[in-house]
Amino acid sequence: MRDVAVIGVGCTEFGEHWSTSFRDLFVNAGALALEDAGISGEKIDALYVGNMSAGRFVEQEHIGALIADYAGLATKNVPSTRVEAACASGGLAFRQAVIAVASGMEDVVVAAGVEKMTDVGTGASVDMLASAADREWEGFAGATFPGLYAMIANDYMNRYPLTREQLAQVAVKNHENGAKNPIAQFRNRISVDTVLSSSLVADPLRLFDCSPITDGAAAVVVVPLERAHEFTDSPVRVLASAQASDTISLHDRRDISTLDATVAAGKRAFDLAGLSHKDIDLVEVHDCFTIAEICAIEDLGFCKKGEAGKLTAEGVTALGGKIPVNTSGGLKACGHPVGATGIKQICEVVTQLRGDAGARQVDAEIGMTHNVGGTGATVVVHILGV
Amino acid sequence: MSVSRFWRKIPQRYNLVGTQCTNCGRHFFPPRSLCPDCRRSGHIVDHQFNGEGTVVTYTVIRSASDQFEHTTPYVLAIVELDEGPRLTAQVACLPEEAKIGMRVHSVFRRVAADGESGTIHYGTKFVPSE
Ligand SMILES: [Zn+2]
Repeated sequence: MRDVAVIGVGCTEFGEHWSTSFRDLFVNAGALALEDAGISGEKIDALYVGNMSAGRFVEQEHIGALIADYAGLATKNVPSTRVEAACASGGLAFRQAVIAVASGMEDVVVAAGVEKMTDVGTGASVDMLASAADREWEGFAGATFPGLYAMIANDYMNRYPLTREQLAQVAVKNHENGAKNPIAQFRNRISVDTVLSSSLVADPLRLFDCSPITDGAAAVVVVPLERAHEFTDSPVRVLASAQASDTISLHDRRDISTLDATVAAGKRAFDLAGLSHKDIDLVEVHDCFTIAEICAIEDLGFCKKGEAGKLTAEGVTALGGKIPVNTSGGLKACGHPVGATGIKQICEVVTQLRGDAGARQVDAEIGMTHNVGGTGATVVVHILGV
Repeated sequence: MSVSRFWRKIPQRYNLVGTQCTNCGRHFFPPRSLCPDCRRSGHIVDHQFNGEGTVVTYTVIRSASDQFEHTTPYVLAIVELDEGPRLTAQVACLPEEAKIGMRVHSVFRRVAADGESGTIHYGTKFVPSE
């Protein structure tokens, strides 16, 4: 297997793009990534596009071909593949690109993620997101995505010492980071009171515990490490790529508030890289809801089960803390265009490792990303380093 | 949900019929046709559950998809049946009555409808036993 490096990243602003179409979002992110990598489109050997549900959000399928076409690559006959794993689609698209390059099959590969979510109403998008869980046995009963995570939160809070205030601190911290990120959907600081006085969505989760509905796209360019210096002086190495599955339904899990797929993918990634949690300088975790970040920190091994709330309240996971979590603002403040999120996480870690993160810069040589599909049925973890 | 997709599951939804692996004895609901432990050496038969169970965790849904919007707030729970398997279902009780560990039993209720004149979906809900 060949070593793989990221040589360019690009991300649209995340938010409500009323006047930009699905295809334009992608093209904008792709152009930024190619410009950053200093390459032209003709050099691209293959495309992998993470997208959860264009078929329902914008009534368009055959996304691989559409993206290749509007990226100007159709007449070059560049192979383009759509990758779907609900909210982990982006992370999985990156993993496919890494596998393609590592195997020797392809040399210059673009991994992208895109989602256009605001073309439909809130009730409809709630229903589409619920399809990341088991439609016939969870959705049928009236389960929403926030509802499933709320059941994780209630189970967790029943068994471990986590206060409602500590949970709110996750959102407060991520808004603090988002305020320093020019692409973030929300760049306003909030207080614990803001979270606790927001409307209940699914008890105990309130509006400010939830990631928003977002439009956005992100793209990265990967090449074999041995060729990286043809393109850039600051390649970022992919030290590990790991993926794991678990049951599609939350009710079938061994332990409702431990995501076994996170535990498995995290362990595999650490083993592949020959590293432990002590070596990680920053981590982008999948905080679709505040409770998800609490579980992720623990399931990846950064602390014992039941301790993440206290750590968050003490500032351990803040910028400048021992293990900065979600320097981008996370899904909560940066926004969560479901198919794009996993690629945005890679963009953030690469930006941090290159020292280009401006006001949110942390001192980092090794970073980790953690991207979850559904309530934990798919988890993709990457470790990157300089 | 399409009519055929709903009708296909009627025995399970109306009667809480799941399956059991006679090789290892494990019960399944929702039904499975392959035992994840015994795999192809397992033998799967139908199993009628008695409908008694315990709430493992729950939430109160305040903001729902369009199909369920008119029924909010409603209590949604993961219920562990006495035979072992767990399922997601609504508990027909007041939000403040719901708690982890409460004993419940299954009832046959209207779950949702496809709009004003669409198919009405019936299925299993739970009610408090004590
Ligand atoms: Zn068996």
